[in-house]
Amino acid sequence: MTSFVIRRLGESLLVLLVMSLLVFAGVYAVGNPVDILIDPQATQEDVVRLTASLGLDKPLWEQYFYFLRQVLAGDLGRSFMFNTPAIDLLLNAMPATLELAVAAMLIATVLGIPLGLVAGLKADSWIGKTIMAISILGFSLPTFWVGLVLVMFFAVQLGWLPSSGRGATAELFGVPFSFMTLDGLGHLLLPALNLALFKLALIIRMTRAGTQEALLQDYVKYARAKGLSAGRIIGVHVLRNIMIPIVTVIGLEFGSTIAFAIVTESIFGWPGMGKLLLDSINTLDRPVIVAYLCVIVIFFVVINLVVDLLYALLDPRVRLGGESN
Amino acid sequence: MTGSNNDPSAFKLESPARQAWRNFAGDPIALLSLGILSLLVLAAIFAPWLVPQNPYDLAQLNIIDGRLPPGSMSMDDKISYWLGTDDQGRDMWSAMVYGLRISLGVGFVATIGSLFIGLSLGLIAAWVGGKTDSVIMRIVDIQLSFPTILIALILLAVFGQGFGKIIIALITVQWAYYARTVRSTALVEIRKEYIEAAKCLDLGNTRIIFKHLLPNCLQPLIVVSAIQMAAAIALEATLSFLGLGLPITEPSLGLLISNGYAYMLSGKYWISFFPGVALLVTIASINLVADRLKDIFNPKLQK
Repeated sequence: MTSFVIRRLGESLLVLLVMSLLVFAGVYAVGNPVDILIDPQATQEDVVRLTASLGLDKPLWEQYFYFLRQVLAGDLGRSFMFNTPAIDLLLNAMPATLELAVAAMLIATVLGIPLGLVAGLKADSWIGKTIMAISILGFSLPTFWVGLVLVMFFAVQLGWLPSSGRGATAELFGVPFSFMTLDGLGHLLLPALNLALFKLALIIRMTRAGTQEALLQDYVKYARAKGLSAGRIIGVHVLRNIMIPIVTVIGLEFGSTIAFAIVTESIFGWPGMGKLLLDSINTLDRPVIVAYLCVIVIFFVVINLVVDLLYALLDPRVRLGGESN
Repeated sequence: MTGSNNDPSAFKLESPARQAWRNFAGDPIALLSLGILSLLVLAAIFAPWLVPQNPYDLAQLNIIDGRLPPGSMSMDDKISYWLGTDDQGRDMWSAMVYGLRISLGVGFVATIGSLFIGLSLGLIAAWVGGKTDSVIMRIVDIQLSFPTILIALILLAVFGQGFGKIIIALITVQWAYYARTVRSTALVEIRKEYIEAAKCLDLGNTRIIFKHLLPNCLQPLIVVSAIQMAAAIALEATLSFLGLGLPITEPSLGLLISNGYAYMLSGKYWISFFPGVALLVTIASINLVADRLKDIFNPKLQK
């Protein structure tokens, strides 16, 4: 296990290094970095000063180390639009995104596992087929279009729920959250539902496929032959065996939920990291884009590391398989 | 599954393709989806003959006809806008068929491109093995651990937009799925006796790979290709909706939806809604076909 952890940590560091090279190449090496990094309204003196401060007369590898040092020091430049450190903007937007993603995953899991179980157990009946049809629809519906339809239906036509913003927030551990107030919950519901739909479809399908395959296994047949009740067979023998892959997927999908929040946030005007990224792309606020990239890459590397370690802890075959390589 | 494989009374031998087709046709939903998908592809190919105007030719558009609701007639009484018009007086039906053409085209080209790269690298990884294999598969693992939309968004944000760039972005995010599938299939096939026999006959590597190994790795790729094609179309639409995809001059379905977004809030739903339905039907029909294929090919369910 120790060697697995060390190997996996090394790998994560390698990924971080490669990603930093890519970000560096993308922002610094393509085109003139001064054009990219400086405010278009800057004067000639500013350009000269920035060129000198960036050390552009130095060789490329030295520039890369300069960039790396800046990143490690948490200095990702100042936003052109807000004139505040880019990293602060991002950290301020992070709780909103995390809240949205957690709410979406909760909805997807709480609805998805029971629905998938029913779909797997009653695969040939109308109810199983209906659930599967819904899940395929959930897969096929583009997130952004569902978002638009939700806004149109619930916010514009019915006027039941607000269409944009976070609503009133209350502080928890010094961080503002929407789910603490009724108004905030109302604002959270539509975007969370929108973001949850794809994951819901995924969890339904995974649970169904796992259930169907588990039902054909000998241990389930044996449990039946032993005369166990259906509830016990499903609750203990089926559900337990399909939980490992489902938990892994939920963990892994959390990262992709944060990425997909970009779309949902832009539709619902949710002031999270995704909306910040899109706004920054539209206004060419490069320091914020770079900051987003750095934060999201670190985020993903950490999520993947945690999921892998948990997986190795839960399923010994993973680390045994890894060591025989 | 019908169990016809093991039925001793079935003396007549059926070719695997025929058998798969019979299996496929046994599911009415899958058959219907295939029919709809064929119609959509035909509509995309023969678009110019199906619509009253060329939506990209600004000379044919009349701004006076802008934002007309479905069922309106044009000012000069020549065109019936049965799905309404957008803000520039573009017939939505024409725009949708042409948009479908672009969306399907992007999906198709991206699928071919990533299939080619993924297939090649997957086969190399499986055949050569060792260090090459682990390097390629590490890259695949790392890439698959990042969501496609994020990688594509970053690529487009850094390198700019356009048809070629979106294809490159889609290929970049999708090749890894093919590589992983091909490699795992190829690894199983390589251990089988026919490959060993071919090696014993001292056939050349190229011949073994292309004549013996490759054809046996194709089946799982069919399902992956279909799923990834649907994903590519959805991803392109999403990126275009976010304003990072295709240029505004030749709108895909995603861009049409994006254009209508502003009018949706004022009740002019048709500009966004109908292209959305077209996109949904396209992606759903591909997914439903892929789903049926997956069930047919899944040996775990064949009991």
